[in-house]
Order: sequence, then structure tokens, then C-alpha cells
Amino acid sequence: MADEPLVLGIETSCDETGVGIVRGHTLLADAVASSVDEHARYGGVVPEVASRAHLEAMIPTVQRALKDAGVAASDLDGIAVTAGPGLAGALLVGVSAAKAYAYALGKPLYGVNHLASHICVDQLEHGALPEPTMALLVSGGHSSLLLAPDITSDVRPLGSTIDDAAGEAFDKVARVLGLGFPGGPAVDRHARDGDPKAIAFPRGLTGARDPLYDFSFSGLKTAVARWVEARRRDGQDVPVADVAASFQEAVVDVLTRKAIRACKDNGVDHLMIGGGVAANSRLRSLAQERCEDAGILLRVPRPKLCTDNGAMVAALGAEMVARGRAASTLDLPADSSLPVTEVSVPGHTHEHGHVSADGHGHAHDHDHVHELSKDNLYG
Amino acid sequence: MLLLAFDTATPAVTAALHDGERVLAESTVVDARRHGELLLPAVDRVLTTAGRALADVTGLVVGVGPGPYTGLRVGLVTAASFADVLGVPVHGVCTLDGLAWAAGEAGLDGPFTVATDARRKEVYWARYDGPRSRATEPAVDRPADIADAVRGLPAVGAGAALYPEVFTDRRADPDHLSAGSLAALAAHRLAAGEPFEPPLPLYLRRPDAQVPAGYKAVLPK
Ligand SMILES: [Zn+2]
Repeated sequence: MADEPLVLGIETSCDETGVGIVRGHTLLADAVASSVDEHARYGGVVPEVASRAHLEAMIPTVQRALKDAGVAASDLDGIAVTAGPGLAGALLVGVSAAKAYAYALGKPLYGVNHLASHICVDQLEHGALPEPTMALLVSGGHSSLLLAPDITSDVRPLGSTIDDAAGEAFDKVARVLGLGFPGGPAVDRHARDGDPKAIAFPRGLTGARDPLYDFSFSGLKTAVARWVEARRRDGQDVPVADVAASFQEAVVDVLTRKAIRACKDNGVDHLMIGGGVAANSRLRSLAQERCEDAGILLRVPRPKLCTDNGAMVAALGAEMVARGRAASTLDLPADSSLPVTEVSVPGHTHEHGHVSADGHGHAHDHDHVHELSKDNLYG
Repeated sequence: MLLLAFDTATPAVTAALHDGERVLAESTVVDARRHGELLLPAVDRVLTTAGRALADVTGLVVGVGPGPYTGLRVGLVTAASFADVLGVPVHGVCTLDGLAWAAGEAGLDGPFTVATDARRKEVYWARYDGPRSRATEPAVDRPADIADAVRGLPAVGAGAALYPEVFTDRRADPDHLSAGSLAALAAHRLAAGEPFEPPLPLYLRRPDAQVPAGYKAVLPK
């Protein structure tokens, strides 16, 4: 429908420079420039490398998205951007670009939450989200169970990882097995030839007294490393496929078990899975199996929409516009630790930090975490 | 001519509007931690004060550093985004050159040094033959290592204030970089047909990253 909101979304919270354009629930463009290859030799994302790559890729990626969508920037109804959480310096490139485009085009700016965007992207795949939506978000940066009565204003955390994110565990196990970075796709590939029951790796936080919806993958990661090292020390070959399959099974078993439990406990009859790890083939198949058994409808977007991208930010932005949510102001901060409960960052009045009329003055320190408060500022 | 100039390469978040003859409006706020929050409001403020619209701007002037990267990128990506929408050129100006221009306006002539704070006990610096004539490439160094190169020269900038044992003849004016100076310098260069820097960051340092030193065992040896 032509009267649905046309929104451009910018995502730079980690190593992907993503610019997406959507009209309502329809995906028009999903341009992504990734710096993943530059990080591979470090075995993880290097914040300063990511930030430099975002600056280089920003304008070309916006231009490509507009071209792919076949729309003029002047036709947009708004610009949405990931305001957090994520890498401070990386977020700041996207937030600054979004502000400049919004200001120059005279369009409203929507600073939105990265995690809520991961959920909202499914509207581009499966149409309007049910309310409430139960979502399992799993990636290199997050592992959370979220209940969203309203994706534009009310997202409630039920549980999250108490140590490593699921994707981090994949990266570390891949390193132990010598499979390279990023680890997720490599482990998935090798696991296909392995026996998921070959080795009984531990299932973290699944005891009777453990928190119902929280996750822990640190112990599992260490257990895998110990098992592999013990083998190597005894001069035995490491059955890479079996280790990969058994590790992966331990991860997806816990993820799906807890997600289904959360659905049942909250009377929700469907489950949305997003984030980079949602591309994992075993997570998809086991979730499908268990959801069917439990009478739950599973919604998982296609892999390219599960990993970080601008379309998910645009999807949430479009929903914000459609529901008449408040836009952000030009002093929108990039907040590396933006809580998941803050779906968007609407404009706020300044109760501090007064700037004198002639523009000269020293603003006060803010009281919450800011983009320059983390390390790696001065490379 | 209407130039919109801004710089985020030093603790000063500064924006100015210049008509080729004079500064129409300027906003300078010193807050090293909030470049991203303060720049657009500053741009909006100078446009409002001068009674102009962004669409009237005929050229953008942006400080390309050197400067701490996180803040530096705010100005550069903002300029690039504006330029993409407005279809006007972006003129890159070395941030140290802006300080040198301001030093000249404050009465300094002849050879001098400009030094800003590069953190990590280092300075970004360059030597000048005069306010409009940079003699060396911008560099990042420990003050002690450049003591011979700057000995006896007047010096401006926060880097000079931080290391008085090396910059012995520190001049207090300019206190901070102002986009008005940057714009005035750019207007002078445009009139004289002089070239600009490409609007790309002068990082001067490699990204801070170590390749992990192989796989670390968890079992005791
Ligand atoms: Zn993500």
C-alpha cells in the first residue's frame, strides 16, 4: 500500500554497515557492507577497525539502498537508526549519519533499539507480529528471551545469558577446533557430518533450581575445550564433526527448551527466533520440531534478515511511524548499553547541560553511559 | 557563497556559517565526550541564528583531524551525509591549519608550532612557517621526541598547554579550535584557488588491535 510509511534504516552496531528501506511490512532494499574479513585475522571484531569501515561504507551503502529500492530520499517518511546497544564508536557513525540525513532531508529521526529491531524484522517475512510476541534472540552479542506486548513501546526481558552469548560460544569452540572466524557457519557445516549424541556436553542452567529463562554458555565452552585438549594430550585424533555436532546440540537444546517453556508459561502460542545464530540449521530444525510438538507456531526470518542489517531497523522505524510514536531529537546519543526495555530513544528535555545563548559554554557530564565512556577511543 | 564549517577533531564541538567575507554565526561547545550529541544542534543553532536554511549552503568545510577518532568521525560522516543530500562539495581542512589561522588572527606571525592533545601522552602537531603556511606533515609523537624540532618556537593548542617543558613559549590564543577560523581559512583558500585536503580522516595511527597469540589451553600443563 502506497500510504504505508516509507522508512530508511541504518545499522552500525557491530561489523556490518547496514542500510535498509521498507514500506510498512514490505522490504524494498537491504544493502549491507561487512568488515568481517578485516576482523578474521584477529579472531573477533575489533571496534576501531569496525568504526573505520563504517565511515568508509556509510554513504555508498545509503546510495545503494536508495537505488535498489527505486525511491528518492525526499519521499522517505523517516530515518531510523540503531541507537544501541552495540560498540560505542561504531554506533556513533550510524547515529551521526542518520541525524545528518534526517536534518538535511527534513525528515523525522527515530533512534531505536537493536534488539527490538531484530524482532520487528520478522514483519518483513511473516507479516504483522502477534501481540504479545515471544522472541528468542541469539547472536554473537546477545542471547535473550523477550516478551513484547508492543514492539514499538513495550519489550520485557524474561531472561538472558549470564556469561557468553551463544554466538560467542560458537566462535570460541570454532577456535578450539581450528575452524576460523566467524565460528557459527563453520561449526554448523562440520556438525552436519557428526553425531550430536557422541559426547554428552553440559546443558547450562537447566537444573531444578536454576533461573528458568537465563542462559549460560561459558561452562559448555570450557567443557568442549577440556575434552578436545585431553584428546590431543593423549595423542588421539579429535573427531571434529562429532565435537561440533555435540556442542551445537547442547546449545540449541537449551535455547529451544527454555524458549518453549517461556511460551507455555506465558500462554503465547508462537515463537520468533532472530539474531545471527538463528541462521544455524540445527537450531531451526530442532525449534521447528519442538514447536510442532508443543502446538506453537514458529517464525524465523530468512538468514539474511536474522544477521545484523538495516532492514530490521527500517522495519521498526516504519512501525513507529505507523503507530505515531515520538521521534528522537537531534541530540540523540549513541548508547552502547541501551537497555532492551528502551525500544526507542524519544526526544528529551535538557534538565542539565545548558548552553549559553552565544553558543559558548561547557556542558555538564551526563549521568548515564555515553558513547565515549568505553575504551578504544583514541586507537 | 555560504559555507557551513564544523570540526569534531578536538574537545571543541564547533560549527560556523561564513558568507565568504565574514562569520555569520558560530557555536563552540567544549565537551570531549559528546561530539555526537552536540554537533547537529550546533549546526541547527548557527543556521537559525543567521536566518539561513541548510539548503542555502553552497559548500561544506570539515576538519579532517588529526584528532581522537571517535569524535573525528562524527564531523566527517555528518559532512559526507549533508553533501550527499545537498549535492555540494566538501572541503577538507587539516584541523591544525584551523588553529594556525586563528593564531595568525591573534597576532602570531613567523614560525610556530601547533599541538593538540592526542591522549596516550602524545600530541598531534605540525610546524608552521606562518599562519597560512604549514611546514611539516601533521604527525603524532611523544612531546619529548619532538623537543628539538619545536625548541624555542611559540606554540598554540591544548597539546602545548599540556607539555610546557617541551613547548616553552606557549601562547594562550586561540584557546580552542573555532569553526569560524576554519571557515575563514577555507574562504581564503577558495578565493586564492588553493587546494583542500580530501574529506577523509587523518588517523595517523593504526587501529589498536592485537592478533590473539594462538590458542590458549585451559588444562593445566
Ligand atoms: Zn544483532
